[in-house]
Amino acid sequence: MSKAPAELKYVETHEWLRLEADGSVTIGITDHAQELLGDVVYVELPAVGSVLAKDAQAGVVESVKAASDVYAPIAGEVVAINDELVGAPETVNADPYGAAWFFRIKPADASVLDGLMSADDYLGQIGA
Amino acid sequence: MSTQTTPLNATHRESGAKMVDFAGWDMPIHYGSQLKEHETVRADAGMFDVSHMTVIDVAGEDATAYLQKLIANDVARLGFDGKALYSGMLNESGGVIDDLIVYRVDAWGYRLVVNAATRDKDLAWMQQVAGSFKVELQERAELAMIAVQGPNAIAKACKVIHEEWESAVKALKVFQGLALAGGWFIARTGYTGEDGLEIMLPGNEAPLFWKALAHAGIAPIGLAARDTLRLEAGMNLYGHDMDESISPLSAGMGWTIAWEPVERDFIGRKALEAQKAAGVAQVQVGLVFEGKGVLREGMRVVTENGDGVITSGTFAPTLKQSIAIARIPAGSSGQVSVDVRGKLEPARIVKMPFVRNGKTVFA
Repeated sequence: MSKAPAELKYVETHEWLRLEADGSVTIGITDHAQELLGDVVYVELPAVGSVLAKDAQAGVVESVKAASDVYAPIAGEVVAINDELVGAPETVNADPYGAAWFFRIKPADASVLDGLMSADDYLGQIGA
Repeated sequence: MSTQTTPLNATHRESGAKMVDFAGWDMPIHYGSQLKEHETVRADAGMFDVSHMTVIDVAGEDATAYLQKLIANDVARLGFDGKALYSGMLNESGGVIDDLIVYRVDAWGYRLVVNAATRDKDLAWMQQVAGSFKVELQERAELAMIAVQGPNAIAKACKVIHEEWESAVKALKVFQGLALAGGWFIARTGYTGEDGLEIMLPGNEAPLFWKALAHAGIAPIGLAARDTLRLEAGMNLYGHDMDESISPLSAGMGWTIAWEPVERDFIGRKALEAQKAAGVAQVQVGLVFEGKGVLREGMRVVTENGDGVITSGTFAPTLKQSIAIARIPAGSSGQVSVDVRGKLEPARIVKMPFVRNGKTVFA
């Protein structure tokens, strides 16, 4: 049974988003995504300072069995990345909503989160 | 075709296995973490339900002559009761119909173990070839098969097998099997690069025996770890590393072809001799990845002599890096590049296996 914390927003490509106090948005992949992938062994992150369009490829996550792209669910500049994840990709399985955040984007306008899915919508979509 | 289940299906579900379809069979892919399962087999002992595999007994006065026609390796090399060998079963053009293990069993003839995914075509082909021989083929679908693998596997399994059999099982040589009472058959074979046993037994006895093995400290292992273990061991997977369009000479199976005696006319021999005379264009190699990402089946390999292809690729849990089996133009050595989703990344050609008995051995 996949978990999806109520305070986060979600997109169809299985990324979660969290609005931080400074207006930046933290992005990672969902519990459901890590379950589908299985044991994660490789993570590639975007460069800090790169400017991503909405739905642009922002990174890669690979498990023993499969490779999957990670997308930028909103447009903006990458202001931080989780370097520790590259050295410890298994964290994605252990703590997808905490220690295994991928990157932070500074959106032009925080209202871009308004139209995204709630936890209930996301769980409904994945049939959980 | 409806999904088939092994006698251990309910047992897997009770253990929390994640089940997937494999060649029409509902099989456990993992029981939580395929990485932990892989490590358990390398360091201790694990067990696999491989009851989906097809067991076929060959009896009759022409059994030896039949198998000498049917497969590329030579059963005349099986020097004593129970001795096993690995072979390809080829078509007339030298392509691999399947790979298999054959045991000499003096009680009736031979026992073959072939792949589940190829069962129907294998049996049809075997029946066709059998036409001119006095042989009886009997599929043993009522048997379950459990592989116990790892450095502690035999010792742990011996705690729960029939006491009378223990000394005989401990005395088994590598690649030797033993036909026992009640339909049991225990062989010192496997598909992981570790020591261990493959145990065939009546399906209705399998759930209780599986639980006894678990009680003896042998952990259940899914098909996902089976794949990474066999890849580290440099062992082929049918349908990936070879198939009917691929010569055994291009699939690292040259050592399984018994060229001597020259008068033995096994199916595919003429085609292979012609290939050998002309020079084999593509060969199988191991690759150790030095770039970013994970090598996957189907990726293009760029060499100084032209392009090749990865036939199996994964992250190798024991090596903590990505490895692959590839088919590339003959004569290549040293460094190659792999097209990883549009980027050329470096890899190194190595001699397989990558891992044997828990140790890194490639060079």
